[in-house]
Amino acid sequence: MARKINLRIWRGDATDGGLQDVQVEANEGEVVLDVIHRVQATQMGDLAVRWNCKAGKCGSCSMEINGKPRLACMTQVATYGDETITVTPLRAFPVIKDLVTDVSFNYKKAMEIPAFEPPKELVPGEARMQQVDVERSQEFRKCIECFLCQDVCHVVRDHEENKKSFAGPRFFIRIAELDMHPLDTLKNRKRTAQEEHGLGMCNITKCCTEVCPEHIKITDNAIIPMKERVADIKYDPVRWLGSKIRKREGIV
Amino acid sequence: MTTDKSALERYKYDVLVIGAGGAGLRAAVEARESGLRVAIICKSLFGKAHTVMAEGGAAASMGNANSNDNWQVHFRDTMRGGKFLNHFRMAELHAKESPDRIWELEMWGALFDRTKEGKISQRNFGGHEYPRLAHVGDRTGLELIRTMQQKIVALQQADKREHGEYESHIKVFAELTITEILKEDGKIAGAYGYWRESGSEVLFEAPAVIIATGGVGKTFKITSNSWEGTGDGHALALKAGANLVDMEFLQFHPTGMVWPPSVRGILVTESVRGEGGILTNSNGERFMFKYIPDVFKDKYADNETEADRWYEDQDNNRRPPELLPRDEVARAINSEVKAGRGSEHGGVFLDVSKRLSAEIIKKRLPSMWHQFYELAGVDITKEPMEVGPTCHYVMGGVEVEPDTAAAVGVPGLYAAGEVAGGMHGSNRLGGNSLSDLLVFGRRAGMAAAAYVKQTTAAPVADATVAAAAARIEAPFARSGGENSYSLHAELQEVTHNLVGIIRTGNELKDAITKIADIRKRSTNVAVSGGRKFNPGFHLAFDLDNMLLVAESTAKSAIGREESRGGHTRDDFPGMDMGWRQHNHISSFDGTQVTVRKQALPFMPKELFDLFDVEELKKYMTPDEVAKGGSN
Repeated sequence: MARKINLRIWRGDATDGGLQDVQVEANEGEVVLDVIHRVQATQMGDLAVRWNCKAGKCGSCSMEINGKPRLACMTQVATYGDETITVTPLRAFPVIKDLVTDVSFNYKKAMEIPAFEPPKELVPGEARMQQVDVERSQEFRKCIECFLCQDVCHVVRDHEENKKSFAGPRFFIRIAELDMHPLDTLKNRKRTAQEEHGLGMCNITKCCTEVCPEHIKITDNAIIPMKERVADIKYDPVRWLGSKIRKREGIV
Repeated sequence: MTTDKSALERYKYDVLVIGAGGAGLRAAVEARESGLRVAIICKSLFGKAHTVMAEGGAAASMGNANSNDNWQVHFRDTMRGGKFLNHFRMAELHAKESPDRIWELEMWGALFDRTKEGKISQRNFGGHEYPRLAHVGDRTGLELIRTMQQKIVALQQADKREHGEYESHIKVFAELTITEILKEDGKIAGAYGYWRESGSEVLFEAPAVIIATGGVGKTFKITSNSWEGTGDGHALALKAGANLVDMEFLQFHPTGMVWPPSVRGILVTESVRGEGGILTNSNGERFMFKYIPDVFKDKYADNETEADRWYEDQDNNRRPPELLPRDEVARAINSEVKAGRGSEHGGVFLDVSKRLSAEIIKKRLPSMWHQFYELAGVDITKEPMEVGPTCHYVMGGVEVEPDTAAAVGVPGLYAAGEVAGGMHGSNRLGGNSLSDLLVFGRRAGMAAAAYVKQTTAAPVADATVAAAAARIEAPFARSGGENSYSLHAELQEVTHNLVGIIRTGNELKDAITKIADIRKRSTNVAVSGGRKFNPGFHLAFDLDNMLLVAESTAKSAIGREESRGGHTRDDFPGMDMGWRQHNHISSFDGTQVTVRKQALPFMPKELFDLFDVEELKKYMTPDEVAKGGSN
């Protein structure tokens, strides 16, 4: 059943902007991205919004809906009843136009995480891994890079100055994924997470886990285990020595 | 401003890759590893390309799940699936090289699901004789794209160590649209486009261009494709003087979501059937048994008991008919709905809850569970899904040389992945797309690199740049013209109603007239607002591409007077052995698309002999069978 809803959309760019009210038709089962598209096609031809798959798989349509970081394609209009729905761009990143922000911060951080390093002697096709051993990293590889966790993280959300030394939850799970990867041979991933990527700045409020549309347990399964091991290695002299001798840190 | 040469943003590269999905990224890796400087253009952010939506897996005859599997069996399955209209050489290369391409991804960090022995697990899929699809739950495409994205970052890190900068030798230009491929002296010289973010224009000069832009789904109303599937590469290639082959063949995936309306078309992976999901109509009848075509009768079970036994014992039972190739299943669902045996919202039922436990469903099909639960309020561990056909894949595409992926007729131009034609014949098997883009992405990168090393590019002439810039400026200069959103919606209605899953000559004639009319009106599209991230402006260019693709599809479809794979003519319901010997070639003269017949190369004896002659007799003329191969 079609009905009219009130939508409040942030429009503007880096220099200026504000909320604009529109009325738009919404049909049964529609998501917020559907009604934004309807506004675009009928009322605001130049309304900027990112999207791709409209199925929760690509992580493009990240925005803030009534103040919460969400994917517009996975947020049902019906959730809000008769309430006005307010859509604003991600707050942690600079606005380009309307609902589109400059997320290049994330791609720069991605370049700074040392890549996967398989054993030099491994022949393609010869790798043997047990399902149980790949599953830990597979959880983190579900990440669709929507950057909602980066947006909600209070270390950078209102602290532009922290961005330089903080990679953010998305890249903590990337480091954890590589660290737990059965074939990765690079040493000291956890330590560099702490020393170079700002793991220590996280004080585990779990906001990132709450907004993750893939339900990845970012804090419990990636950040906390890494923090614990970093603490172990750093403060236990025997383990510290072990980490220097053994091929991979932390294996005891 | 933009025609001022001094102000124009310009780049020089050895190889320009248009498209950052699986094929484009694989090509870029290969070209960079050959020592060249590479630019990757993506229309959206890096890592968002449509490849992320591939769910089921990548087909490769590694033989991990059944040791009888090998490239010959995969080759046979692919040719059968395509109803023998495939270019035999592409199908051969694909079958032979897929396993190496999958193992290579593992060396780059990919983590596929495992067998008990710790090898890469392989799952069943429609048309594949053995379990063959390497997979990661039901998010295999994401794993592929992320692995290659991270491989590119690894190459950039190596470049930083060696040359001091991450982007010195391979750079991703995200959110940039290419509007034209440029030629000088009859060969590739570069490409022209605009940044989506700012609207400002960019010139790339490069002796080789690899098109890897994916599909055309957005020309249709109900599609599983993301907004990027607007046939850009198909249109760019046509305009650059390349040909398209067999554009009448579109794959309607049998299972898209049908309810609620906002999700109509979103893909429901074939893995649901591979894992044991069954299709029923509103009478509760498992209807697929009625739709096994003669050519497949010896391979598919005609009763439920045998079909069910197959899941436990594949050597002594025939496969369930739910696992027929996609074209067969899509037509069957269409017939059931037309006969009044559809579900409430015009689909049929797909149920996996009776065969698998809730725990296993959530583990093997996590994103399907999530998708139905969040978007449709359906718990697939307890109840059936409503599904129906959705436009999913275009088998047709740029005519290429099989070994090099070089576009026929345009030196320096290459095409790989969905945008290339020939590999899949009249119908693609599930799982063959991800392996296709790896095999031919690599080959395109390799061949482009070899070409660049023995050629010099002519500089792009000022007049060429001025013409490309004028085209971008045009819609801003108009006022009160057509709205690109409305024209797009009109085009989608036409293709859906007249060029869809079942076609007739009269409807196609009507479609050709209507598409021409929309195309005429599209030359008068006006854009409101400025250049900065303006979707109305972006759509104006995407629309132009979609119209050209739709014209090519409709004109190819009206010519092919038979039904085969992803082309079903109500007025010519049978498969015609004469038509099997021909491809349809589309070319563009600057005003319209023309379509002509061209002989399809016949396979050599060593490939011919892989088949049972009795099977070939179902597809080939007695003369062809008697000849026994081209050599």
